[in-house]
Amino acid sequence: MNFETTIGLEVHVELKTHSKIFSPSPVEFGVKPNANTNVIDWGYPGVLPTTNKGVVADGIIAALALHAQVEQHTHFDRKNYFYPDNPKAYQITQADKPIAHDGWVEVDVDGVKKKIGIEEMHIEEDAGKNTHERDHSYVDLNRQGTPLIEIVSKPDIASPAEAYAYLEALRQRIQFTGISDVKMEEGSMRVDVNISVRPVGQEKFGTKTELKNLNSFTYVKRGLEYEEKRQQQVLMSGGSVRQETRRFDEKTGETILMRVKEGSDDYRYFPEPDLPALNISDDWIKELNDAMPEMPGKRRDRYVNELGLTDYDAMVITQTKEMSDFFDSMVALKADPKMAANYLQGDVNAYLNDQQADLSATKLTPANLAGMINLISDGTISTKMAKKVFKAVTQGEEPKAFVEKHGLVQLSDPAKLQPIIDDVLDQNPQSIEDFNNGKDRAVGYLVGQIMKQTHGQANPKVVNQLLMAALKH
Amino acid sequence: MANRIDRDQVKHVAELAKLEFTNNQLDALTPQLDEIIGLFESLSEVDTSNVEATSNVTDQINVMREDVADNWGQSEALLKNAPEAQDGYIMVPTIIDESED
Repeated sequence: MNFETTIGLEVHVELKTHSKIFSPSPVEFGVKPNANTNVIDWGYPGVLPTTNKGVVADGIIAALALHAQVEQHTHFDRKNYFYPDNPKAYQITQADKPIAHDGWVEVDVDGVKKKIGIEEMHIEEDAGKNTHERDHSYVDLNRQGTPLIEIVSKPDIASPAEAYAYLEALRQRIQFTGISDVKMEEGSMRVDVNISVRPVGQEKFGTKTELKNLNSFTYVKRGLEYEEKRQQQVLMSGGSVRQETRRFDEKTGETILMRVKEGSDDYRYFPEPDLPALNISDDWIKELNDAMPEMPGKRRDRYVNELGLTDYDAMVITQTKEMSDFFDSMVALKADPKMAANYLQGDVNAYLNDQQADLSATKLTPANLAGMINLISDGTISTKMAKKVFKAVTQGEEPKAFVEKHGLVQLSDPAKLQPIIDDVLDQNPQSIEDFNNGKDRAVGYLVGQIMKQTHGQANPKVVNQLLMAALKH
Repeated sequence: MANRIDRDQVKHVAELAKLEFTNNQLDALTPQLDEIIGLFESLSEVDTSNVEATSNVTDQINVMREDVADNWGQSEALLKNAPEAQDGYIMVPTIIDESED
């Protein structure tokens, strides 16, 4: 029996606003439990929430970045449920008229391009955080009211690999807008998935299961792969898939039953009476659209078509907005684009991996790195010397000053190199004879001697030219 | 009596509100709730055929504040008001369900 798979993803993205969505409490991390809470966050009787304009703006920006239609007459709804991380016993979210609908992102899986649809996007408040211990649970409401955007995919995703690519594309586009850090490891991006399989040709979707505890894109893919196979096996052995929530076990790579869903949830949504509706004007959308940062796809085209980078280089550089902005700044400072791209992918990435840090957390600046590359381009230093200079640049040093201070200037002046070359040739008559007998290896030896004499500072290109001229003389 | 609500629905609503009733109480509450819903039926007498549906009862629109953080410094007082607190956390009975959204 052949099967086809249907996957739906719900992605929560935490917004980087200054204040919460419905109260002015600060949004920040690493503060004392409950330090950033007020009577609104605790859901005290009689308090009134007010909508944070920045969150609505971010919602519009996200909609634009994901090619979605902004719902200009939008409002909030109340979703009722009891849980101790949510003191109001309801979440203010959007159900009836979410801020945007019908978007898409393009993914590329093994060279095949596909558009994956986005059903709708809504803005809502996050809940607090519970810590469970044996005798009690502990509630911290700092996260209560942190703004979120939930992005719901259409059931267009047909494989775990496509799900992975969709998440990558989504993360990248949102990250380039700057509205969120979109880091799964820090919880600023959270993913819920559901998956069903059905025999090819069957019109009705199969029963879907939901997966939890997916802490990375890789786990999403592995969890889905396992679940896809499991469901196929259930169907092939004549069984039927139950509607249930399963947990992905990172150690075994299996999914484990958490609970069976009985009946549908009953959240009794109704329009939020405490918050006036929103009318989003064309002008506001235009203003935000005009200020949108250039998206990764556009940047890749520019890098390839205008700066001569390879597709691969352009892809790596646009992995993060930070890297791409850094690259643009370097190019604006006249650094050779190809060299700039090579350094970012090579030495800089190695350094970041080594330090386990983001670019912004290091002392690297576009000016210093561009300065170093310019010193290579104009022949002042060799790429070998640049290794030392790069180390200094990671410490925040200005490359030109460092080079001067340490006498790291490459010897390119023929007038200075010629006497050294003559000297080395005088001392190595055997090598000259070898060369004349067609042994090219002799050249390497002679270059090595010259480099040794100059403590590695000779410009290899100039040395080669002068040496060949002298030998053929 | 008109059947506007049945016993199972009353039980369901009670569960959603985390209320527990005995069978006797449910039997007593069902006709009472039925009657209360009946009172609301008088609203249907109003002709709304020319009124557009709305999500809001005020004519306010676009009431928003700028994204500026302001800590009101109420954390300590709020924790004092919690039934139990420890190290800045609100203490609650152990939660078993992990269904955090």
